[in-house]
Amino acid sequence: MNKVTTAEAAVARIPHGATIMMGGFGLCGIPENLVRALHAQGTRDLTIISNNAGIDGFGIGVLLGARQVRKMVSTYVGENREFERQLLANEIEVELVPQGTFAERIRAGGAGVGGFYTPTGVGTIVADGKETRVLNGRSYLLELPLRADFAFIKGYKGDRAGNLVYRKTARNFNPMMATAATMTIAEVEQLVEIGELDPESIVTPAIFVKHILQGTHYEKRVERRVVHRIHAPV
Amino acid sequence: MDKRDRIVRRVARELRDGDCVNLGIGLPTLVASVIPPGVDITLHSENGLLGIGPYPDEDAVDPDLINAGKETITEAPGCSYFNGAESFAMVRGGHIDLTVLGALEVDMAGNLANWMIPGKMVKGMGGAMDLVAGARRVVIAMEHTTKDGASKIVPSCSLPLTGAKVVSLIVTELAVIEVTPEGLVLREIAEDTTLEAVTSATAAPLMVPTSVGRF
Repeated sequence: MNKVTTAEAAVARIPHGATIMMGGFGLCGIPENLVRALHAQGTRDLTIISNNAGIDGFGIGVLLGARQVRKMVSTYVGENREFERQLLANEIEVELVPQGTFAERIRAGGAGVGGFYTPTGVGTIVADGKETRVLNGRSYLLELPLRADFAFIKGYKGDRAGNLVYRKTARNFNPMMATAATMTIAEVEQLVEIGELDPESIVTPAIFVKHILQGTHYEKRVERRVVHRIHAPV
Repeated sequence: MDKRDRIVRRVARELRDGDCVNLGIGLPTLVASVIPPGVDITLHSENGLLGIGPYPDEDAVDPDLINAGKETITEAPGCSYFNGAESFAMVRGGHIDLTVLGALEVDMAGNLANWMIPGKMVKGMGGAMDLVAGARRVVIAMEHTTKDGASKIVPSCSLPLTGAKVVSLIVTELAVIEVTPEGLVLREIAEDTTLEAVTSATAAPLMVPTSVGRF
């Protein structure tokens, strides 16, 4: 079976109103090619599950700017003014989830786990409407799994079978999201032949990846360039 | 001394050799630059790195290597990368010895509010709720009062909580305050302030032991 595709062909399967997980932490490890193709396609009323909402004019920020997004499920959205404007004007729905709960809900969604009890959020508004249970003397909240119709994954290298490796902190939420969607589409900086990746180092096994594509024109923008202060010689 | 500098230097004295530490975004991140000599700690970054190194030189900036504040960083020797679920297994599972976080409000019970102001600021809690639920010690690094001069240490938080009864220690430019089951205990005051100045700048009642240190 040939899993190799293009970004345009991959997003052509996505209908209006779809729920899509997108990997990345800030602008690090985001599926730039798939987001670009989805923007060009104009697909609307999307629910996007992603740790952040991009920045104005880049990443998910492009989809928000084009009003393609109906709802965001995120942990932190503070870097995007257009998003904050839409949120305060009630033009977009948002579900804010504690980051560890976000990661574990996605992991549970991909692993067939029906829910889990976590101490995170006990005594806060995150607990509203959720079952609270005392186990071994400590209070926990019941959190339910997160799944999506599609997952957009950004890998560093991938082979034609769909095995993926990541690079440094660009890994972030990509591996869990790859497991938690009905159709997972991965884009990689280097698409290699089967057998070229060391089986011991594969992070996402091919079983989770339905389609894979060679990405192009990566910008890989840096959100906060902070460099070591170089002191002038005395 | 600049008050932010004073806060981070005092917080750094809470670090113990061998600790795994998570520093929050903003002021807490600065603690990394003032770690006392002889104290060897490992910095955890919740986006998936154990072992944060210094900021990079200009020619070593790597867009694939950032901290939780989205700043470019480097690897410390012996570091490791992992996914978000594993990262928060470290946090929630009690493997992080200490976290340093900022605050909008802290109250007598050790309740913390630092993630939203209803109607004004909605940015999200990021990893803060998990950190306060799972780290062994939660140290708050913040200025004692708001820009308008209001005390950030209050009898009871009015803003939505990040966690209930989670704070261990509060460090400001004026004081070091321990949260105990009986309430807030004043442990130290800054070398250039007075007991009266600290108590009058603090909305919550403070228990003052016979011996209060200076920092």
